[in-house]
Amino acid sequence: MSFLALLLTLIFVLIPLILSKTLRLGLEKDTLIATVRSIIQLFAVGYVLQFIFESENMLYIFLMVALMIGAATQNARKKGTSIKGITWKLILTFVVIELLTQGILLSLQITPPTAQYIIPLSGMVIGNSMVLGILFLNRFTSEVASRREETELILSLGGTPKQAIQKSLLASIKASTIPTIESQKTIGLVQLPGMMSGQIIAGADPLQAVMFQLLILFLLLTTAIVTSIMLGFLSYPTKFTERMQMIE
Amino acid sequence: MEKEQAAIYLNSVTYHADGKEILHAITGTFAKGKITSIIGPSGAGKTTLFRLCNGLLSPDNGNIQIDGRDILSFDPISLRRHVGIVLQQATMLEGSVRDNLALPLQLAGEKLSESEAARIVEEVGLDTDILDRDSKSLSGGQKQKVSIARTLLNRPQILLLDEITSSLDRVSKQDIEKLILQINREYGTTVIWITHNLEQAKAVADQVWVMMSGEVAEAGTTDLLDHPEKEAVKQFVKEEEA
Repeated sequence: MSFLALLLTLIFVLIPLILSKTLRLGLEKDTLIATVRSIIQLFAVGYVLQFIFESENMLYIFLMVALMIGAATQNARKKGTSIKGITWKLILTFVVIELLTQGILLSLQITPPTAQYIIPLSGMVIGNSMVLGILFLNRFTSEVASRREETELILSLGGTPKQAIQKSLLASIKASTIPTIESQKTIGLVQLPGMMSGQIIAGADPLQAVMFQLLILFLLLTTAIVTSIMLGFLSYPTKFTERMQMIE
Repeated sequence: MEKEQAAIYLNSVTYHADGKEILHAITGTFAKGKITSIIGPSGAGKTTLFRLCNGLLSPDNGNIQIDGRDILSFDPISLRRHVGIVLQQATMLEGSVRDNLALPLQLAGEKLSESEAARIVEEVGLDTDILDRDSKSLSGGQKQKVSIARTLLNRPQILLLDEITSSLDRVSKQDIEKLILQINREYGTTVIWITHNLEQAKAVADQVWVMMSGEVAEAGTTDLLDHPEKEAVKQFVKEEEA
């Protein structure tokens, strides 16, 4: 794509700006901020990736993944302020997900151990894990609040904290994982996934693009379930005291 | 009363929530094998006291002894089985009455037998055909009876009943009163119950505690409700009788 062509794509920014102004939606400022931020952030990442790809230094790959985990943690932790030690729980979850997925991909030689593969795949896995984490924390907080009477009833009858919170925990794990599974059911029918579309536009063989997209989809299934379960089992004990009492 | 004879002995128990003192230096005993009524205005700390005795809360200061043992020497699970509590809201879990009754046994890794299920519902005055009914479809009185049955399946030595008759009709109230007396007489269970009804408090109890503003205003035999000493208690009794 030429620079001029990229400039012309700003028409797609002008359309919402004009509509927002005409209909007084008040979205102009946010649209402009989002546009400027996306241009700066993506170009910055593009230059950083170009540098890392050329250097092929594992230290840079490690730093890039660490940066992704840090940013994902920073974003997700806001939703889990009611959970003690949420920052470390999120970091541990993202690290385990990253080690698990890259461990399988690299050890079975599914993808080559190069920055070109490790960084984008890590980005997708950690990014999705972050979204899943936010979904889970939102749901878990509301489930615990809405099932408080039930949880206390089970405790009062001699149940353990795990027995008492099991329903809230399972409902939250299920609710945060379902969107990933559901979206995979219609993929390719309703919309072409972003990565696959990008590859096809960039001139890749469509079947190769499909194969990589399937790899991503399967990775995200593991990401979804492992993120929710890990966060769930790390988080629920913080809702109780040592004497198995619910924390107010 | 000697604390050795006490099912529950409270020694200067204080509890705060949200920076507010809910219970202030409560000292007293609940006699073993007896029925004690607790009465008092809303916000007096009655429910909090129950939750402390069942171990759902811990006191900020003071200590509690259950059957002569420090409450902290019990592991929380055995404490809650020893001191059963029936909460005011009679929370039912999703599922049938049978599922709800099976809960305390399931939590201990056991199963509720058909004969035990039938025995317990009959004991609380319900027909056995209620076992298959959806627990959410029960009336207030039925829910309370199932709640009591569910707690009784843990075979508690001490039973705490938190305003379980407050939303019931006259007949259901009488059924529950009979049930309390029956549980106490047949099993020797120490029963402590919170009620807002002075007649009930006198009729179904050996002793009475009047709680006001997080303290025990007066405690003794049920006669004290006829001749309270403190002005605040006199006023409370007068208002309740009106």
